[in-house]
Formats: sequence, structure tokens, C-alpha cells
Amino acid sequence: MWNDFTQQFWASTVDGLTNGSIYALIALGYTLVYGVLRLINFAHSEIFMLGTFAALGALNLFGISSPQTGLALVGTLLLMLVVAMVASGGSAVLLERIAYRPLRKRGASRLAALISAIGASFFLQELLAIWLGRDQIRIPRVMNKDTLFNIGSGQVRNDKVLVVVAAVVMMLLLERFVSTSRLGRGIRATAQDPDTAVLMGVNIDRVVMVTFLLGGILAGVAAALYGLFFELTQYNVGFLLGIKAFTAAVLGGIGNIRGALIGGLVLGLIESYGASIFGTQWLDVVAFSVLVLVLMFRPTGILGEQLQRARA
Amino acid sequence: MRRAYSRGLVAAAAASALLLSACGGGDDNGGSSGSSGSSGGGSATIGFMGAQTGPNAQLGINISNGVELALQQHNAKSGVTQVKLIKYDTQGDPTQATNQAKKAITDKVVAIVGPAFSGESKTADPIFEEAGIPNVSPSATAVSLAQNGWKFWHRVLANDDVQGPGDADFIAKTLNAKTAAVIDDQSEYGKGLADAVRKQLATDGVKVAVNDSINPDASSFSSTVNKVKPANPDVVFFGGYYSAAGKLVKQLKDGGVQGTFMSGDGTLDAQFINGGGAAANGALLSCTCSSATGSSDPAVQKFATDYKAKFNVDPATYSAEGFDATNAILQAIDAGKTDPSDINDFVSKIDFKGVSKQIKFDANGELANDLLFITEVKDGKLAFLGDTTQAKPSA
Repeated sequence: MWNDFTQQFWASTVDGLTNGSIYALIALGYTLVYGVLRLINFAHSEIFMLGTFAALGALNLFGISSPQTGLALVGTLLLMLVVAMVASGGSAVLLERIAYRPLRKRGASRLAALISAIGASFFLQELLAIWLGRDQIRIPRVMNKDTLFNIGSGQVRNDKVLVVVAAVVMMLLLERFVSTSRLGRGIRATAQDPDTAVLMGVNIDRVVMVTFLLGGILAGVAAALYGLFFELTQYNVGFLLGIKAFTAAVLGGIGNIRGALIGGLVLGLIESYGASIFGTQWLDVVAFSVLVLVLMFRPTGILGEQLQRARA
Repeated sequence: MRRAYSRGLVAAAAASALLLSACGGGDDNGGSSGSSGSSGGGSATIGFMGAQTGPNAQLGINISNGVELALQQHNAKSGVTQVKLIKYDTQGDPTQATNQAKKAITDKVVAIVGPAFSGESKTADPIFEEAGIPNVSPSATAVSLAQNGWKFWHRVLANDDVQGPGDADFIAKTLNAKTAAVIDDQSEYGKGLADAVRKQLATDGVKVAVNDSINPDASSFSSTVNKVKPANPDVVFFGGYYSAAGKLVKQLKDGGVQGTFMSGDGTLDAQFINGGGAAANGALLSCTCSSATGSSDPAVQKFATDYKAKFNVDPATYSAEGFDATNAILQAIDAGKTDPSDINDFVSKIDFKGVSKQIKFDANGELANDLLFITEVKDGKLAFLGDTTQAKPSA
């Protein structure tokens, strides 16, 4: 048991950080929307799922089905990223227009919006399942998976590095945007007090739209990286990942941008270490036990702050 | 492409099932004349029971194609009793199977090929037993089916208890493995199979270095890969279904695990190769079902060619079993047996070389020789290697 843990420590660490980074990128979307609207956007996992299919579609469209190198690889990665970001960002904005804004305009309760979110989630899943089937679909390998170096038992591969770096960079960019730009100020103001923000001249509809757009774009980044890393997608690919990412957001402190990153990485590591000590069948048990323990002592999560108080 | 094609196939099969059931209705109206016809020795009617529509229809269609081919070849011979077929579509649903079994009895079929699945066998077989209709299942593998003392029930493939120990013996003897990792997906089927493999591996003296259970819906199996890698086992056995197996084999190979990947019939599907990509090559998959493609036996090759000529697809899982089960019944009819109980007596004592295996039943209706067959993934395709005594994996 402990022998396994020490033997696999570095391997668990590397993989925990990689899985955690994907959780973190999706968690940022949950956290942003929650911070502004106090709404858990349950359809966010489907926004991510649409991104993976968009990345696959882009590869098929350009007939890329073998590992690329050099500039062609950079181009392929950018193509996957941009198409997934556009698809996820676009569908997130559309989702807000169709499923949430009408409810918000009529002053419906948050519970109604929550049900609308669940409905949208089912709708999108079934749409893809009926259109493209329920079997998993392979995304071609576009990047050779080379081991860069080893830390102990940990195999540091180029695709893993890419995933972790992308997550950290996206989090930093998002934080910078929210804390310094004009729209970011609007987001913070709305998060703090929507009524006063309106009185101060903030266009709430615009702020909400931008919030969904940002969350969608980040889900698109996660989708492209997921496609690159796991090379598979399926109509329900977002379901389990969405739950994990939401957990990461709560663990880090929901509504907190840095918290989403920390929560994602911590959750990934706990899962990895827990599985190496107790066996993979205990992975979820360990992860959620830790979540409960953290919330008992820090009810607002590890970092605990809200979006309105976030500072660069 | 594949999907669109199989949808077309389902539609075609559904249409033909409709047509056939319409014919069956016609027979029914002239019920009295129909029975007098069969006493004249000119014709007989048998039934096929299994899914033709619904989520698992493909397996049922694989079987009914085998049945149709056997009948076509039989009826083309001169001077034989013309045998007609009625298809009873259960949609794989045990409740539907009950209704269809009652319908088959009113249709006065003399024998049944099927029911296809274990669940529908459990509900339909007692009805056939009571009515005294012989039935030969091409594909139901639940162990308990043989334990009811049924006299009219048979199956042309070995049951679930054969696979796990058979896999372990194959790992120990043919693959000469010294260490193995055994992983399951925590499902009834996957864990049952993996546990049977674990037990027999210990008996065979193969060290099970890693035991792990995955959540088949998870994206990342990295913690399992990290456990398997330092143990460096000769074989990694997975008990579970094809979608998780595809993800697992890819992550194992990418993670640098060298051992041979092996799994059971839940993974014997082209979708496994689709998910695993190049990493699936060299994987060994076991099934108590035989495969007609890739055999060197001329009789089997003829079956595969005829099948392809008639249906424009290669025979797939259980097609050969459907063909053999039908031929067992047809041999009884050719021997002049017209009464269901006479046919049953003949089938119970039958002993012939079918295209899938030697067809000979024990007192419970199980095959006398339990065989397990191995398929290897070669160059992104399923390549049949034969039963565990003959299979020679390339790696």
C-alpha cells in the first residue's frame, strides 16, 4: 500500500497534475458563471463536449489524420484550439440567450434556471447521440507522444506538459482580463451587487454574455487539449468530467478564479495519490471524502474568496 | 460509414421480418391445411427467435443470416423436405420473448433456433419445454440455463464458466507468462470474468502482480497505468467491455507498458480497435463463439464465401453458430423426423462437424467439448486464430 504510493509517487504526481489541469480549465467556466449569476451552469459540461466534436470535425475537414511535426504541428494545434474555442464559446453564448436570459428577464427563481440548465444539458447530449451515435469516436493522433524526461517514476511527456502549461496560462490571462479590463470591471461589479452595477451604468446583458463567452472559450481550450491527450470523444464525455470540474471549483472556492486552478490541481493529485494507495476503485471515494473534509473546515473552499474580491 | 450501413441493414432486416411474419400469418389462416401438408412430408416450418430490431439487433441479425443461409442451401438440394422459416423478433427483451414463444407454438413450428440472448432464454425456454418444442441456442451463454433439467434445450457454444479459466490457462501455457496484471471494470460481467481469471492464474502458477478496478466511464486510467508499469507484467488481462478496453489499451501502451493485452468477448468488437487505434494491435480477445473469417478449413471458408455472396458482409459474431444450430435441426428433418419430440431425440444424439466446432450435446444440452476461441488484432483488423489449443499469437 505505502510501498505502492512511494514507488508511484512521481508518476502519480505528473498524471495528477495533467488530469487536474483539464478539470481546472472546465472549472473556470463554472466559477465565472457562478460568480456573476449565482447559477450552476449544468450545461457547461456539454459546452465542453461540443468543443471536442468541433476539434475532431476540424481535423476531419482538413484531412489531418497522422502525427505532425514542426510548423504543421503548431498549425494543427492552433486549428484545433481555435475551432473548439469558437464552437464552445459560441454555443455558450447561444445557450445563455435561449435557456437562461428569458428566465432572467421574467425574474424566475434560480431553481427554474437550474432546471433549465439540466434540460439544456440533456438536450445537447441526446442531440449529439442521435446525430453521431452513442459509441465513442476516435480523434486521430496529431502529435507523437514523446517522453521529454523522467522524474523518478514520472514520465514527463510533451502532451502532458502542454496541458498543464495551457491551463496555467489561461488562468493567468483570465485573471488579468477580469482584474484590469473595462469589461472585467463590469464583471466584478455585477458579481458584487447587480442592482448597484446597473445604476452605475453597467450593461448587465453584455456582462452576462461575456461571462458565458469566456467560460465557453476556456471549455473549448480544455476540449482541444482533451482531444489531443485522450484522442476520443463521445456524446456523454462531459458528464463525469463536468462533475469533477464542478467539484474542483467548489474545492478551490467557487466564484474564485485562482481557486478553480488550485481546486483542479488538488483534486487531480488527490485522485492520483488516493488511487495509488487504495486502488483505482477507491479513486472517487477518496476524492470526495477529501472534499467533504475540506468543506467542513473551510466551508467556502481552499481559497474561499468570491469573484468580486479577486485582485491581480 | 459503418453506422449508416448497419442502419440500412437493420431496416432491411426489419422489412424482411415484416414480410416473413406476414407470410406466417398466411400460414396461420390455413392452419389445418398446413398441418396436413407437413404430414404429407413436403414441408416443415422452423422458427428463429432473437433480436431483429432494438439496441442489440446486430447480434440477432448475424445469427438470422446464418440461419437463412443454412435453409437456402438445404432447400436447394433435390428431394428434401422444404423447410420454411418464421422469424420471431424479441428486440432482445425477455418480456417480448414470452409473447413470441407463445406465438411460435400456435404457428406450429417444429423447432426453434434461439432464443439468442440469455435473458430471453430464461423466459421463453420454459414455454418451449412445456410445449415440447426443441430449441438450439446459437449464443446464450448464462451458466444457469443448463441447470433446469430442460430436455428440449441445447446450445452450440460453451457457457460463461469456460471463458475465465480458459483464458488463464491460455495465458499460462500458450503465452508462457510468468506475471500478469488483471484489471476489471467492476461490472457483473467484467468482474466475474476477471475474478475467474485471477483464480485460475494462481492455480496455474502465474503471479498476479497487479489487481485493479477501473471506472469504465472515466477518461483517464493513469493510476492503473502507473500501477501496471513498475510490475512490468507479461500479460495484462482486462475484464470488461470494448469502449473502456480501447481507452485502456491506448493509455497502457502510451505509458510504456509492453505486456500483451488480453480481454474477453465483451471486447470482441471492431469498436475496440477504433478506440484503441494502433495500440490495439497485438491484443488477444477470447470468445466461446467461433469466427468463420480467417479459418483455413475449406468447409468453413466455403461458409464464409457463401455468406458474403448472399448478404454482402462477412460473417460476424455468432453467424457460424446460427448456421450450425440450424443444420442440427435440418439433419433431423432430413432423417425423416417430423414430430417435434422425434426431432429433439435426434438432435440430442447428433454428432457432426459444424463450421464453428464439433456439434455434440451432453445430457443437459451443453456442448460435449467446451472450446474457447482466440482472436488477435492484426493491422487494425480482427484475425481469428482458432481454439485455445491451436491459436498461435504472432507476438
